[in-house]
Amino acid sequence: MTSLGWIAVNGFRESVRDKVLYNLVAFAILLMGASLVLGQLTAGQDLKIIKDLGLSAMSIFGLFIAVFIGIGLVFKEVERRSIYNLLSKPIRRHEVVVGKYAGLVLTLTVNIVIMTVALYAVLAYVAWGENEFARQARETPALDPALLKAIALLLVQLMVVTAIALFFSTFSTPILSAALTFGVYVAGYFSADLRNIDQVVDSRLTQTLARGLYYTLPNLAPFDVASQAVHGLPITAGYMAVTIAYAIVYIAILLVAGSAVFSRREFK
Amino acid sequence: MVAFPLVTVAFAIETVDLTKDYSVGFWRKRPRRALDRLSLQVERGEVFGFLGPNGAGKTTTLKLLLQLVFPTAGRAQLLGCPLGDPAAKRRLGYLPEQPYFYDYLSAEELMDYFGGLFGLGLSERRRRTNALLDEVGIGAERRLQLRKFSKGMLQRVGIAQALLNEPELVILDEPMSGLDPLGRRDVRGLILRLRDRGCTVFFSSHVLSDAETLCSKVAILAKGCLVASGRLSDMLALQVRGWELVVADTPDALVAALGTRATRVVRIGEGRFSLELPLGAPPERMVAELAAAGAKLVSLTPLHETLEDFFVQRVGEGT
Repeated sequence: MTSLGWIAVNGFRESVRDKVLYNLVAFAILLMGASLVLGQLTAGQDLKIIKDLGLSAMSIFGLFIAVFIGIGLVFKEVERRSIYNLLSKPIRRHEVVVGKYAGLVLTLTVNIVIMTVALYAVLAYVAWGENEFARQARETPALDPALLKAIALLLVQLMVVTAIALFFSTFSTPILSAALTFGVYVAGYFSADLRNIDQVVDSRLTQTLARGLYYTLPNLAPFDVASQAVHGLPITAGYMAVTIAYAIVYIAILLVAGSAVFSRREFK
Repeated sequence: MVAFPLVTVAFAIETVDLTKDYSVGFWRKRPRRALDRLSLQVERGEVFGFLGPNGAGKTTTLKLLLQLVFPTAGRAQLLGCPLGDPAAKRRLGYLPEQPYFYDYLSAEELMDYFGGLFGLGLSERRRRTNALLDEVGIGAERRLQLRKFSKGMLQRVGIAQALLNEPELVILDEPMSGLDPLGRRDVRGLILRLRDRGCTVFFSSHVLSDAETLCSKVAILAKGCLVASGRLSDMLALQVRGWELVVADTPDALVAALGTRATRVVRIGEGRFSLELPLGAPPERMVAELAAAGAKLVSLTPLHETLEDFFVQRVGEGT
């Protein structure tokens, strides 16, 4: 295993030992509770609501993990001075940044995989209890594989958010990093509005500023295809490929920038 | 800028005019010099003590050597490699001051992790982990999470991890810090064993007795400046500060008469006295007077300056 791999595995181990995976219990309870309640309250729509709820919960839990662990990845090493020892080992500083990132992506992936299994289990349970009428009225299969596409893009989106949080954590405090990351996350959903701001605002300065932000901030909305997946609308392989390629480029830029900042940083 | 010629092969550590300024102040940043043109050479295989009071610049120097901070001016090399070179780090062991390790890991897991970063294979990692944790006295607690370790135990783990790669050069920042007397004795023994294996040990300390026991050479730093450097025996041997005369069968009245010329008179037993004479008072004359009065000379010993005396004097001059 390379140094980068060791740092990643240690980061994953830290998340597990810090009981980050406990959120999975909350997720499972939420889903099971929802399935029981919705099964009694709704007629024919319960599977759709469970899918919607499941994907939203995954997104929220994932976001919290990505931000709140991401912002502390580098900060904790510096604050607790464990970085002194780490950097005395035969590694380059960018390996610390990329390794820590890979560790958190591993944590997120394990989380998402387990949540996916839980979601499909609940869907299977609810579908098993359906009557014939409800089964025929459904637009999409209960265990629709299209959900996996939405989940895959959600994971990729969380990887982008993690890279943002990690980038801020290379030079900022956790509170500021969290605020900035959440700010970028929210702005990332309104990227299209920034592009079209010239249709609403006349000010040339605002238009230029908005155009600059549009090209700088990540465009996170394309990663959210939950409603298409739930309602059986197509999510093409081409769309998936382009969106993932965009994420890879964005993540690479953030990791390079984060590594550059971290490489120049002094640990007084 | 003038290029500094560095002789690379002979020295484990070499610094040439190494300087570090930190920026202080919130609005108007101004430089504060933490280390001022430090030129130092540490030969391979020696135990070198890097001494100085708190805030002298010892830790800054070590951080510069490990590239945790970057020099404002000057240059340095470790084991013939430029600072930050992974090839040098592969042959280097480091113990930071008051080390903190990932407290969710056990001592064994921490050693395994660091062993992995050194590229050691599984069996080698296990062998070295077991041997080193036993050597520093943590063998029984190897599977305990580090958050349950005391300060002294963490220091021992820190020393073990610094030796994991069987380094040629070990840099220890205050290695005795947090250790009880037994722990200090163990670490002293360990440092001497490392020296016997041919390892260079460079350690910072403000505990002078440790340096006096262990080091062949020392450097003394005060307010960021090097105030003395060299072989301990050379530094202290030349500094004879007086004489200790022990005599027996000496009448009290004689001692009272001679006592005015001594800096200190201690009665050690019936008729036995220890007299400390200043450097300016030749002992031969007093020995002759004592002998003439019937006293017996037991011993005459030159009193050398201790490292503490030397340290206090030089640091005082430097501040």
